[in-house]
Amino acid sequence: MDIVLIEKSILVVIIFAISLGIAAYSTYFERKFAGFFQDRVGPNNAGPFGILQPLADGAKLFTKEEFIPTNANTFLFILGPSLAMLTACMTSAVIPWGGTLEVAGRTISLQVADLSVGILYVFGVVSLGVYGIMIGGWSSNNKYSLLGAIRAASQNISYEIAMGLSIIALLMVASDGTLSISNIVNFQINNYWLIVYQPLGFLIFMICSFAETNRTPFDLPECEAELVGGYHTEYSSMKLGLYLFAEYVNMFISSAVMATLYFGGYDVPFLADFEASLGHNLVTILGTLFFFGKIMLFIFFFMWVRWTIPRFRYDQLMKLGWQVLIPLSIINIVLTGLVLTFVK
Amino acid sequence: MQSLSGRKKNVVNKKMTIGEKLYLPAIIGGMFVTLKHFFGKSKTVKYPEVKRNFSENYRGLHVLKKDDTGAERCTACGLCALSCPAEAITMTAAERTKEDKGLYREEKYAAVYEINMLRCIFCGLCEEACPKQAIFLTSEEIAPANYDRGDFIFGKDKLVEKQHHPVGKIRGGGPYSKEHYHQHGKNKSIF
Ligand code: SF4
Ligand code: SF4
Repeated sequence: MDIVLIEKSILVVIIFAISLGIAAYSTYFERKFAGFFQDRVGPNNAGPFGILQPLADGAKLFTKEEFIPTNANTFLFILGPSLAMLTACMTSAVIPWGGTLEVAGRTISLQVADLSVGILYVFGVVSLGVYGIMIGGWSSNNKYSLLGAIRAASQNISYEIAMGLSIIALLMVASDGTLSISNIVNFQINNYWLIVYQPLGFLIFMICSFAETNRTPFDLPECEAELVGGYHTEYSSMKLGLYLFAEYVNMFISSAVMATLYFGGYDVPFLADFEASLGHNLVTILGTLFFFGKIMLFIFFFMWVRWTIPRFRYDQLMKLGWQVLIPLSIINIVLTGLVLTFVK
Repeated sequence: MQSLSGRKKNVVNKKMTIGEKLYLPAIIGGMFVTLKHFFGKSKTVKYPEVKRNFSENYRGLHVLKKDDTGAERCTACGLCALSCPAEAITMTAAERTKEDKGLYREEKYAAVYEINMLRCIFCGLCEEACPKQAIFLTSEEIAPANYDRGDFIFGKDKLVEKQHHPVGKIRGGGPYSKEHYHQHGKNKSIF
């Protein structure tokens, strides 16, 4: 039992470090890519090609003045960003990062916890994320923060419904009766990737992921043009840093979830055929690397969309959520049901 | 009304077709536009290290010119101050003494000559008004920054050119401009 605990702890630390590292470098690449999309070069002064920019940003945020407004509720004010960061990091526990490794006669799964309610867990934690924003915005005692927080909450609630409904259709195809994520990946290893069965579901899920991570075109909660800084208007120093950072961790996790649910996770077609020649461990590691490749592509996609599409107007956002995506995902469920009943 | 530029477009509030209402085709089209830029060449210059050449009729900070012998050309006639729409120029005239003969071209010269750079709108009217071709907006120093408002009043120490620059390119100006001198950009260009 103990050795399992040690293995899992090592895995947790590694995943934690990787997701923070990727989040840090997403900020760099976001700025770099923003530059490329706008015919600029992006950050280029900190180290070669500006590669040390995230460290410089971190150092800057740490050394900035720590400011708490007089009328703010201090406890909640500090709790806000901590909660945002915590929930952002928690989701990674149920994502299967790879197959199994065989070390010294033991088989180690590259998934921290294979919960039978994996997907439900992801949804639960993701919807907790909005509390970080709500609490931060509310405790700042500032009308812009409050408006930003309210927007974030209503947006997240609206889009979670469509997201959940699109997942139901996915489960109808892939589930073996549980909500375990590794089962979904196994299904995709044995069949085609789920994007083939659920293209519409994927589209809905992706749009909702953009809304859940508060990324453009759904970044209404921090819309500078109307709300100063949105829910983090009053935040400074590393507390602001945590909010910004949590957004990038969220983006990473959302990309990972999308890659897992619809693009086969760590599955690489035909890679299993080489298992005899390459060895089990190498195949697993290659699968994990490919998984990260898929995640990177999604992150790039997130950024690409951000620097292409302008922000929605708020009523359009709500209209899209309630009047388009929710009916569409219900239709998707019905269609999936019909196909499953009559075709299979 | 008739369009003079020929680029006028009438706004029509037509109903969107179903394809347009989906937004997705438009979004995908837009994404390819940005992707093209992603792989395109960057159009910016790494500013402090690389500087672009100024355009020929760029109006920068003022320079009080010297003539070929190194004497200041300005005769403190005050026409520049008079023509200035922003009331930015002031000066005090003085008479040239025998010893100063090489320093000033005319018998009357400006002992004090000040331009308030916070008032100046860089219209170039002083340059056009000057009968002595003494003032040009050709300094290629950009973005002067100061902590004090007082420091934005540039006196002769900042305005008078250190060395006489030989006559260069003819500087294009308004209808009344005389032959104008252009100080060649010494800066590297990336183009
Ligand atoms: S450029 Fe125009 S505003 Fe500036 S000092 Fe000359 S005349 Fe005055
Ligand atoms: S700069 Fe020219 S216009 Fe102005 S006082 Fe001197 S000579 Fe006269």
